Amino acid sequence: MAQMLKIDDIAVSYGNIEALHGISMEVEAGGIVSLIGANGAGKSTLLKAIVGQVPLTRGSITFEGSPICVPRHSKKEGGKALPTHDIAKLGIALVPEGRHVFADMTVEENLDMGAFLVKDPAVIERKKEEMYDFFPILGARRKQKTRSLSGGEQQMMAIARALMSSPKLLLLDEPGLGLAPLIVQDIFHKIRLINEEDGVTVFLVEQNARMALRNSTVGYVMETGNIVLSDASEALLVNERVKKAYLGE
Amino acid sequence: MTLPADLCLNEFNPYNGGTPVNTFTVYMQYIINGLTLGSIYALIALGYTMVYGILKFINFAHGDVLMVGAYIGLLTYQALLGDSTSASWMMLAFLIALVVSALLCALLGMFIERVAYKPLRNANRLAPLLSAIGVSFILSNGAAWVFGTQSRRFPYPFANNPISILGVTITPHQILIVIVAVVMMVALTFFVNRTRMGKAMRATSLDQGTSELMGINVNRVISLTFAIGSALAAVGGILASFDFRVYPSMGTMTGLKAFVAAVIGGIGNISGAMLGGVLLGILESVGAPLLHIPNAMKDTIAFAVLIIILLVKPDGILGKNEKEKV
Repeated sequence: MAQMLKIDDIAVSYGNIEALHGISMEVEAGGIVSLIGANGAGKSTLLKAIVGQVPLTRGSITFEGSPICVPRHSKKEGGKALPTHDIAKLGIALVPEGRHVFADMTVEENLDMGAFLVKDPAVIERKKEEMYDFFPILGARRKQKTRSLSGGEQQMMAIARALMSSPKLLLLDEPGLGLAPLIVQDIFHKIRLINEEDGVTVFLVEQNARMALRNSTVGYVMETGNIVLSDASEALLVNERVKKAYLGE
Repeated sequence: MTLPADLCLNEFNPYNGGTPVNTFTVYMQYIINGLTLGSIYALIALGYTMVYGILKFINFAHGDVLMVGAYIGLLTYQALLGDSTSASWMMLAFLIALVVSALLCALLGMFIERVAYKPLRNANRLAPLLSAIGVSFILSNGAAWVFGTQSRRFPYPFANNPISILGVTITPHQILIVIVAVVMMVALTFFVNRTRMGKAMRATSLDQGTSELMGINVNRVISLTFAIGSALAAVGGILASFDFRVYPSMGTMTGLKAFVAAVIGGIGNISGAMLGGVLLGILESVGAPLLHIPNAMKDTIAFAVLIIILLVKPDGILGKNEKEKV
């Protein structure tokens, strides 16, 4: 399989505190990669680094062979950190932690925003219909303000919004956070469908390790800013260390 | 009942030609005058509210942009008109002046944002505010230097003969003000609700980080916001010039009142700015005679209303104070 995203020894700091200390990982095209780890391990920071919302202090991130994130003022050749909106244009969509729906806009307007980069109105309409088919609850609520949706519905909306631009790589930050187990199951089922039927590569970050590993091909484990383990997800599910620390067995 | 001499918005508008009046028509007159004044406040308030909605920052140079707009409008109008007295050319020249002034002020607004606010975007919250006050002084003193401090009259682009309807006097220039203001507000409402960039502007004001993820260039949206706000201010400035004349510090009080209007309506809320503007205009116009406030003290009404609003409903009439669902 072709390599889609390559993260090479990146470090990120907030002020004087380094949050990521040299992370390297790879996402192959067509797969579902999961990153598990405790609260505060730096998982969300890693996703923000990929979309250019936090600057790197070291290392580089390459998408489909071309560098998208490098440290600012980097003298390395091709060394220009792309702004977030340009990274979106390359086909990377992030569903942020806490969903971040545009609460004062309707479901339909949120989807329109997801399709901001799509110029053809016919394509936008078709994508919207696809989303209403895929998430019927959104179709029923298309004219409602997103504020009035339940947490699970908002999560589906955030995923649908990210899919509107037909991304190549979908990044999901804690898609199951704060939702009832049945809804979490439903959402992970949908994520698999997005991957298997539409061929979208998925990189998901989850605290719910069991859910994440069961629904992915490759898994990474992050602890306080370092990747401590990586393997096929199936192998991680039976790994003693993972079982003890993350699966409560 | 006798009427205060300052009832009408302009000195060329003799009240009602001496027909006997009753209280109803008197107050209708106040309301009409307030509506006219309020439309101007509303146009200017939109610039404050749109910028606040996106940057959470009060652009204190906004009032001076309206002054620049009034000068550009006046000079363009006079240059176009020359010695002509043709009625249709007067009106056309006025409309051209309105457009030229709006476009140039849009550029001015974008330029101010680029040089005075953007470099400070990640600085202390106080820094852009101080920068705005600096820009305000540069503009008003610059205008005094270039144009002199003498106030100039903005001539009506038509014969301004008052029309009497049921004892209420309406002048053509009042009708013009309301029509221009309404057209601008309808266009703006259409823009923010129906167009791609307008929706992007609303999205940016709701959640800047997530808007970037959608591929929206937030810097471009901010530039556009300043352009639109400044263009509306230019139009507001020209419309205000009919009654208040054109002078370098004209933007200070009018800008401040429009800011109050934006706060009354709920700062950051576009419909709120329109509502707040019209409401403030009517309150000022009706309040002064009703409470026997002398003309020189009329400005206190706006600020008294501001204090009351801040005490009773700090988020403004249409402002929201809802917590986000987590």
